Amino acid sequence: MEKRELICIGCPMGCRMTVTMEQGQVTQVSGNTCRRGDAYARREVTNPTRIVTSTVRVEGGILPVVSVKTREDIPKGKIFDCVKALQELVVEAPVRIGEVLLSDVAGTGVDIVATRACPQAV
Amino acid sequence: MKQYDIVIIGGGPAGLAAALAAREHGNCQVLILERDRELGGILNQCIHNGFGLHTFKEELTGPEYAARFIERVQEEKIPYALNTMVLDISAEKVITAMNREEGLFEIKARAIVLAMGCRERSRGALNIPGYRPAGIFSAGTAQRLVNMEGYLPGREVVILGSGDIGLIMARRMTLEGARVKAVAELMPYSGGLKRNIVQCLDDYGIPLKLSHTVVDIQGKERVTGVTIAQVDENRRPIPGTEEAYSCDTLLLSCGLIPENELSRGMGVEISPVTSGPVVNESLETSIPGVFACGNVLHVHDLVDFVSQEAASAGTHAAAYVKGLTEEEAAQRDPAEEQRAFPVKVQGGIRYTVPTMIRPDRMEEEQVIRFRVGDVYRNRYLSLYVNGRRLVHRKRQVMAPGEMEELKVKREQLKDCPLDTEILVTIEEES
Repeated sequence: MEKRELICIGCPMGCRMTVTMEQGQVTQVSGNTCRRGDAYARREVTNPTRIVTSTVRVEGGILPVVSVKTREDIPKGKIFDCVKALQELVVEAPVRIGEVLLSDVAGTGVDIVATRACPQAV
Repeated sequence: MKQYDIVIIGGGPAGLAAALAAREHGNCQVLILERDRELGGILNQCIHNGFGLHTFKEELTGPEYAARFIERVQEEKIPYALNTMVLDISAEKVITAMNREEGLFEIKARAIVLAMGCRERSRGALNIPGYRPAGIFSAGTAQRLVNMEGYLPGREVVILGSGDIGLIMARRMTLEGARVKAVAELMPYSGGLKRNIVQCLDDYGIPLKLSHTVVDIQGKERVTGVTIAQVDENRRPIPGTEEAYSCDTLLLSCGLIPENELSRGMGVEISPVTSGPVVNESLETSIPGVFACGNVLHVHDLVDFVSQEAASAGTHAAAYVKGLTEEEAAQRDPAEEQRAFPVKVQGGIRYTVPTMIRPDRMEEEQVIRFRVGDVYRNRYLSLYVNGRRLVHRKRQVMAPGEMEELKVKREQLKDCPLDTEILVTIEEES
């Protein structure tokens, strides 16, 4: 039996959780206060994932960059590939909030969406 | 002079939520004054996720969280003035402001909600010796440069202070290709949220050096390096523990201070502990009809709680403007009106918001927010009214970096005598 201590990153409460594993299988999660915590703990000890947030260059916008995120979690090991793909991307204004700016980033199957609007500069 | 029922100073998360609540509860004329070119305040540069879990039950980035409130303000057609700097507020609630369109102008308000937010503690306030080279930024300035202006302010970075913005920027700069060599924290514990240490430092192998500080900054034109030393229990550097780090950038994340120049100018009483206004249960300051909420009142960790607090301030501001109907005034018990109970702290609790509760004005349940002064494990948070313990809640871990709250019900304060005292304290045993 193996036990791992985790701090939940699901929200700022930062619950301290204990995950009990037997032969690579999670048998128990304790210390969490919500279902998200349970899900995070199971994922974190088997296939850790993260939402990635960054910026993408914009041409002709009121700002030179627009903030973006991966619509869902991607594997932790893919974070730098994802960021690299975003550094190479340039989009044109206007950008709408929620607009898909890149699909299937770094072969993860996850889309990059804008997290703010960037209207055209006048 | 233009007149409004309620003028809200600041269009960040606090100002937006206060405006919406004021409109919803009072149908009053509300105006938001914002100095930036867009609404949303500091949320616009906080592009990381983790906002809104309490409010929207989903995880949003800062700009997305702001957009939800901005959309509602626009739907409600609440007027706002951008690029507008408030210069002065008088005790009579006359606001002096300026912008490009109108020049210098005055507005008369019946009620004011202070929602100006906070500022970062600067290098000057930290007294770090050395020259004044380029390459020293507050973490928030670096955040704006990277996330909104599209600049990377440096390639080799040391961060002093483990506040949340510093932790977030350690990850952000790393993702953008910079090397973050260390985060030094003067205190023996982090000032940031646990989750940020996990996902911003541990994930990227960035060392967090607790009980360490920057004792020297090298470089004349541009930062070329810093010296970090361990500190003793009195936070004095220990000779012989100095370590040199070569870097071109030093970020400072050493705490936030409520921005109360305007509040002081109008004569609002300021708490020496929070640097924010002293308020009662209605979040009303020492000047009747002037309310405060969000980081100008006390620095929060979570925007969700800012929104809740601001909605309460907006609601109370609307009630103040509306006044009492004749019927309500007739029903008021004059004896009841005199009851105002101070909220005292003891045993490691630094402050509370509010510091006074009037039972006849409070909502059914009053939230008391506060911070502890040290790290405590397996202790109890207790609330006493006149020596009688009403709340006793076990907390596994409490730290100065994480705001705590307790609630007291109106029911519990009914029938209390005039000299009632409410006490919030930390206790060891059950």
